[in-house]
Amino acid sequence: MKRKLLALLGFGTGIFAGSVAYRRSFARRRDRVDVYFGDGSMVSFVEGSPEADTLIPVAREALAAAHRSPRRT
Amino acid sequence: MLASETVDAAQALADLTEISSQIEAAVLFDEGGAVLGSTLADDQAAQALARAGAELLERAGDFRSDGDGVTQLEASTPEGSVFVVGGDPRRIAATTGPAPTVGLVFYDLKSCLRGAAEEPPPTKRPRRKKAEDEA
Repeated sequence: MKRKLLALLGFGTGIFAGSVAYRRSFARRRDRVDVYFGDGSMVSFVEGSPEADTLIPVAREALAAAHRSPRRT
Repeated sequence: MLASETVDAAQALADLTEISSQIEAAVLFDEGGAVLGSTLADDQAAQALARAGAELLERAGDFRSDGDGVTQLEASTPEGSVFVVGGDPRRIAATTGPAPTVGLVFYDLKSCLRGAAEEPPPTKRPRRKKAEDEA
């Protein structure tokens, strides 16, 4: 009886840990911009905010430019 | 742009790519957006990356009218991240893959900026032998 209970507990723990790992690895990463100022402060703008919507398209242009060119050897 | 500036930038970028495996591309540029050095083989792509970096700094600076300006920023997307560090007078923009180690990348980029700003060591001229001078 005790052995069955332990097996059931282990099985449940495994299912829970697996679901957490699955959600973490497949969760969609949101676009985000962190801006650091000279006074030491930092502001984070997440996808959907007007500030992020201003900056993210420019960042995508930068990534596209970097990806379309091979590295200098 | 001086020729020595280009050499310094190239050396600083070579050091950067050697120490940082996370940085996929980087470009050094000045306040006017002119490319001083790049890890990209395509000049147009380097120019586009520099232009985007300058634009990111400028647009981010518009968010706050008072106080100090923007010193650095990171734009993170599922495809990768863009880092821009402002300096005087040089700036650097770089791209990485998704989920980089942010602090480490900023540290490496600042080291690169400092390296590019340093004066190259003076080259020693070989001293002429006295006999040659007398002859």
